[in-house]
Amino acid sequence: MSVFVDDDTRVVVQGITGGEGSFHAEQMIEYGTNVVAGAVPGKGGQEVHGVPVYDTVSAAVREEDADASVIFVPPAFAADAVFEALDSDLDLAVAITEGIPVQDMARVNKRLSESDTRLLGPNCPGIITPGETKLGILPGNIFQSGNVGLVSRSGTLTYQVVDNLTKRGIGQTTAIGIGGDPIIGTSFIDALSAFEEDPDTEAVVMCGEIGGEDEEQAAAFIGEHMDTPVAGFIAGRTAPPGKRMGHAGAIVSGSGTGTAQSKIDALNDAGVPVGDTPEEVADHVERFL
Amino acid sequence: MRLHEYQAKDVFADAGIPTPESALASSVDEVVAAAEEIGYPVAVKAQVHVGGRGKAGGIKLVDDEDEAREAADSILGMDLKGYHVDRVLVEGAVDFENELYVGITMDRGEGQPVAMVSTKGGVDIEAVAEEDPDAIATEHVDPAFGLHGYQARRAVYDADVPPAIAGDVASVLSTLYDIWGTNDAEDAEINPLMVTGDDEVVAADAVLNIDEDALFRQPDLAELEEESYTDDLERKAGEYGFDYVRLEGNVGIIGNGAGLVMTTLDLVDHYGGEPANFLDVGGGAKAERIANALDMVFSDENVDSVVFNIFGGITRGDEVAKGINEALGAFDEIPKPVVVRLAGTNWEEGMEILNTDLVQVEETLEEAVQRAVANAQEVSA
Repeated sequence: MSVFVDDDTRVVVQGITGGEGSFHAEQMIEYGTNVVAGAVPGKGGQEVHGVPVYDTVSAAVREEDADASVIFVPPAFAADAVFEALDSDLDLAVAITEGIPVQDMARVNKRLSESDTRLLGPNCPGIITPGETKLGILPGNIFQSGNVGLVSRSGTLTYQVVDNLTKRGIGQTTAIGIGGDPIIGTSFIDALSAFEEDPDTEAVVMCGEIGGEDEEQAAAFIGEHMDTPVAGFIAGRTAPPGKRMGHAGAIVSGSGTGTAQSKIDALNDAGVPVGDTPEEVADHVERFL
Repeated sequence: MRLHEYQAKDVFADAGIPTPESALASSVDEVVAAAEEIGYPVAVKAQVHVGGRGKAGGIKLVDDEDEAREAADSILGMDLKGYHVDRVLVEGAVDFENELYVGITMDRGEGQPVAMVSTKGGVDIEAVAEEDPDAIATEHVDPAFGLHGYQARRAVYDADVPPAIAGDVASVLSTLYDIWGTNDAEDAEINPLMVTGDDEVVAADAVLNIDEDALFRQPDLAELEEESYTDDLERKAGEYGFDYVRLEGNVGIIGNGAGLVMTTLDLVDHYGGEPANFLDVGGGAKAERIANALDMVFSDENVDSVVFNIFGGITRGDEVAKGINEALGAFDEIPKPVVVRLAGTNWEEGMEILNTDLVQVEETLEEAVQRAVANAQEVSA
C-alpha cells in the first residue's frame, strides 16, 4: 500500500522537451515510473525517450489515459500549466517549478477549491513510493520500500532524513514533498490523514520549517485524529526574523510568528517528539517500530 | 524586495493616492533647500529598511532652518539599528486630527489576499492585531475578481471610520489593492493614513514590498533592486544569484536546498558554534557556481571556518568536487579551513576527484558540522 501514487499511476510530463523535463522524465522511466506522455504546446507528434508528446494535457489524457502530471515549466508559464492540469481531469498534478509569483498561486488556490485534482507543490521535489513509482526529482536510489511515511516542506532535507532511515534498514511507504512556497496545494494535514488511513504506514516523519502556521495546524490534527505515531523535525531555529531563508515561505515575521520554537512546542504538546538532529529523528522512528 | 518609503510614495502618488509634498536629500544643505521649498514645518525621515524609525531617532519634525540643520546633521550618517542612513525624505508636515491604517497583504493560511482597515493607525499594526484583533476590519479577496467596491466600503464601515471620510478611505483602499495587484506586491500599506481637520486623507507613510519571484515581469521595479541592498555581501550574493543571508557568527555555511542549509545552521548552533551565514547554491550547481559560493563565504571577514554540505539530488557530487578543487587550488594558502561532506548523486565520483590536501572530509552531516565548529573555535582562540 502507499499514498497518492503507485504502480498504476499513468504520468504525463508537462515541459518534457525542456532540459529539466527531459532529464527527469528519463530518470523517472529508469526508476520504473509509468511515463505515458509528454505535453508541450507546439511539440505534438515528437517523441522524447520513446514517450509520445502532445500539444495539450487533455490530448495526453484522451490518447494515453494519463491520470497524473509532473510540471517542469518555467515560473512565468507555470501557473498556466497548473490551470491546464486542473482543467484536464487528472487525479494529481505535481508542480516542481520554483519561483512562481505568489499572486499567480493565489489565483490557482482559488480554483483548487473547486477542482477534484490534487495539487502537490509547487517548489517541491515530488513524491515517491519506493519500488513502484516516483513523480519528480527525488534521487530514487536512497529510498527503500518499507513502513514509514514521510512528509516534508524541503527536498534535500527529505533526502537527508531518508538517508538516515534507510541506512538503519528502515524503509518508506511513500515520501511526499509538499513544497517550500507560502501557498501550496497539498498540506501537511492532507498528507498526514492519508498516512493515517494507509494500513501499511506504521509511523510517520514530518519535516517542517519556519514560516506560516501549517505545522501548528498539523500538530493539532495529529493530537486529535492520529493513532499512527509521528516524529518531527523543524528547520530554521537559528533564522533571524524578517529574512527569507531560501524558500519563499521560510520566513519568521517581524512580529515573531512562524518561529521554529512555536512549531516545536505545538508538536510536543500533541505528543510528537521533535529531533534536534536528523539522526535523532531516526532514533525516534526506530523506537516506534 | 522592500521599497524605500520615497520609492513606494512615488508609486502611490502616481496611482492617485494623496501624499504630502516631499523631496529626497542626501546632505544638510539639500535638506534645508528642500524644506524652504516645501515650507516649514517639515518632517526629516531616514530612508532605511527599518521599522520604528521614529522611536530610534530616525524621524524628526522641524519648524525652522536651525532645527532642519540640526536634524539633518544628526540623521544623515547615523547608524539606525545597523543600517547606515545616507538619504532622508524631507516632507511637508501634515496637521492631522486622526490616524488610520489601510493595508493589503497575502493571507498565507487562506491562500488569498486580504484587505484591512483600522482606526488605530500610527502605531505598530501587528501589535494591534495581537491585542485587539477586532479593531482591524478585514475582507478576503478573490484574486480573479479583485477587491469589489462593496468590500472596500464594508471594510471601512466595519472599522467605524467616520462617515465624512468613509468614501475617500474606501477609494484609497481600492486604489491600494490595484497597486498591490499590478506591482506583484506582497504587502502594500499606509500607516498612518492621516485625516486632517478639513476631512482630507493623506498617506504619511508608505510600505510596498514586492514579490522577488515576480520581478521578471516588473522591469521598472527590478531596476530599483540595486538601491535596496544595504550590505555589500548581500549585494555580491545578488550578483552571483545566491539565496544568502548574513548572520553574526564565524562558521561559514554552504549547502544545497533551503531546508538542509537551515538545518546545517541549526546544527552549528546545536554543537556550540555560531553560524555566519545562510548560503544555498540551489539545485544542479556546476563547478563555477560552487567556486563562487566559496568566494562569497571567504569574503566575509567574520568567517573563521567553513562547512560545505551537499546532498545531491539534481546536484552532482563530481561537479561540486571540481568546483571546490578549482576555487581552493587558486590559493597559495587556504584562507580558512574547509570541511566537506558529500552525499547523494555521484558522491563516490566526487570523493575520488576531491583534492583532500585542500579540505577536511567527513562522512555524515553531524560529524562535518562538529569538525567545522571545532575549527572555528581553534582559529578564533
